[in-house]
Amino acid sequence: MHSNGLFLQDVSGFLGVYYTSIALMNGVAAVLLWRNSQQKGGFLWSVIWAITACVMLVLASFALSGVAEMVPALPAVVRDIVNKLSGPVIYTVGTMVMLTVLFVFREFFVKPMVAWTGLNISLIVMGLSMADENFASIVMKADNVPIVGLVFMLAFFTWLATSQAVVNDRRIAQGLPPTEKLHDEKVLVWPDLVYTELICMIAVSAFLLLWAIYLRAPLEEPASSVKTPNPSKAPWYFLGLQEMLVYFDPWYAGVVLPSLVIFGLMAIPYLDFNKKGNGYYSISERKFSYIVFQFGFLELWITLIILGTFLRGPNWNFFGPFEYWSPYKVAVLNNVDLPQMFWVGLLDQPLPKSPAGSSGLMQAGYILLRESPGLILLGSYLVLLPPLLAVTVFRSFYSKMGLIRYLVMSNLMLLMLSLPLKMILRWTVNLKYLVSIPEFGLNF
Amino acid sequence: MASIGETIRTSQIWKSIFRHPMPLDRRNRIVVMLTNFFLHLHPVSIKKQGIALSFTWCMGGVTFFLFLVETVTGVLLMFYYRPTLEWAYNDILALRDVTSLGILRELHRWAAHAMVITTWLHMYRVFLTGSYKPPREFNWVIGVILLLLTLLLSFTGYLLPWDQLAIWAITVGSNMARATPILGYEGPGQQLLTIGGIDMITDASDARFGLLGARFVGEETLNRFYVLHCIAIPLAAALLLAIHFWRVRKDGGISGPL
Ligand code: HEM
Repeated sequence: MHSNGLFLQDVSGFLGVYYTSIALMNGVAAVLLWRNSQQKGGFLWSVIWAITACVMLVLASFALSGVAEMVPALPAVVRDIVNKLSGPVIYTVGTMVMLTVLFVFREFFVKPMVAWTGLNISLIVMGLSMADENFASIVMKADNVPIVGLVFMLAFFTWLATSQAVVNDRRIAQGLPPTEKLHDEKVLVWPDLVYTELICMIAVSAFLLLWAIYLRAPLEEPASSVKTPNPSKAPWYFLGLQEMLVYFDPWYAGVVLPSLVIFGLMAIPYLDFNKKGNGYYSISERKFSYIVFQFGFLELWITLIILGTFLRGPNWNFFGPFEYWSPYKVAVLNNVDLPQMFWVGLLDQPLPKSPAGSSGLMQAGYILLRESPGLILLGSYLVLLPPLLAVTVFRSFYSKMGLIRYLVMSNLMLLMLSLPLKMILRWTVNLKYLVSIPEFGLNF
Repeated sequence: MASIGETIRTSQIWKSIFRHPMPLDRRNRIVVMLTNFFLHLHPVSIKKQGIALSFTWCMGGVTFFLFLVETVTGVLLMFYYRPTLEWAYNDILALRDVTSLGILRELHRWAAHAMVITTWLHMYRVFLTGSYKPPREFNWVIGVILLLLTLLLSFTGYLLPWDQLAIWAITVGSNMARATPILGYEGPGQQLLTIGGIDMITDASDARFGLLGARFVGEETLNRFYVLHCIAIPLAAALLLAIHFWRVRKDGGISGPL
């Protein structure tokens, strides 16, 4: 099902305003750059943004024409290709690659003109996508709008933090103090801080009022405990956890992992023994903790929320961004447990099973035997790997942290990595559970 | 005009309310910070870097402001809303269609979403500036608890409109508790808690039951979540916020390079 004319007429007003705002934004940028065009490249960029503004005005007028064929949209072919290509694997690997590239080449990407180009591109792609009915119906769902906001805010603040870190890292390399140090003279809180706070409060209030006036809070049919909606989704901030249910059982994805997230966050100040980088933006002085945190926050929390909100439809199936959420889509699931792979697949013999009428202890022994491949793997992962790392890559960590702190850190990291590892095992060898003891309700 | 202002500011009533003269000169700008109840949260003077928007993003402040917005709009909503199966949904409907000032619910809901986002962003900034490092470790821990409370506030509030969106989101979310190891009746190891052949963990005694007050999301749950949402969690959050702010001061103010 692709965009029909009626829908396009509905969104044309919104898109008109949207493109006009982008035009305004670029217009302001052009004027500001024009003013200090003596700066290197200022003139050229000023012209580029002026042209962008004009193009956006043209797009706005096309959209405002209200004629369905005129509303700027991605060609159907492109949308089909995107839908066909997208899937959990591409999505996860893609976001990972993108974040890595942004990180490695951060000196390039934080340049204001590069970042501004990136903002323009994402806004335009967003606008073109909004002309797709399937895309718009999910993105514009009232409770999903904040997540779109979250994505843009995170991008902005990551840029803001990284560009300060890049400057500081350069200064530190030259033996200079971070820029924050240059402004450590004291000022009076009244008026300097009090007025900033007042302005912030007014701005936030204005923003909230506009948001509340233009977007109605959702209210669906009255609750009914017999009519289960499909998909049934938790509130958006928990959708990362719901997405983890694809790979783990609820006891781990829904109880143990969230508890570990909370515990792990609380433990950060006590595990990070690096005294540098306290009170200013820096990456090079604390690369390890930076990468671990960003991997956990941006990749394992935020991108999973986006995936769970925008790309998971009925029956928690994956849908491309422009795909119709059909409840009839079937996904083939042929996942296999490790014991099955090991005993039946590899050794070509039936799963170990206790003889009928054997004692409880005997049964337990057989279960342990059946699950031994997974238990040994898991055991070595959590018990053998930490000491092994301690004498190799984490040698200096271990000597600085001491036994207990080191063990807490290494196990927290290994448990955090259990999620991406399980994802990879699922995608590559269709692994369902490493250990599966249904007798005990314990699947991992 | 000036003289009217002057008269007001020198009147007995004015002077009894504000314990300080107008903060127009340096001395009074210091005095105002020390003698005003609301302002004394702040220090008198502060490093310029600590109030730079590019440094703190004002995110902690915005989060606190949103908490206040939620408190005010929440109290107003409580005037209209009854947490019972009979009324909950209808009261929300009336809030939209009948009540004047019809954006109360919108303000409350969008500010709640925004607060979740700004709390994350605040945590993000604190991490990126390394501000959790000594001596601020424990304030970070308090922050994490505040983050948890913010999510729980949002989660418990999600149920109150009692529409399809509400009960199914809470059903999906709270189903997890059923799988709690040992304490959930579908969790691994729940068989361990068997006393004298009697299973202690059933669907009427497990962790999920404790959360919902029933076997499924029903009227007991609505009542339980209402009390948590309007009283228990806000009080806990208010207490922790007070400690959080107090610690910011005691730990030496906003962090900065040594
Ligand atoms: C309800 C949520 C919260 C509120 C209202 C709040 C409020 C504030 C405020 C107003 C400040 C002053 C500096 C600033 O604005 O950045 C602050 C500082 C701080 N917050 Fe929070 N906070 C909250 C949650 C958190 C969370 C989730 C964390 C971390 C996990 C955290 C950790 C800290 C730390 C360590 C500082 C000191 C930072 C420094 O000295 O640079 N807070 N908080």
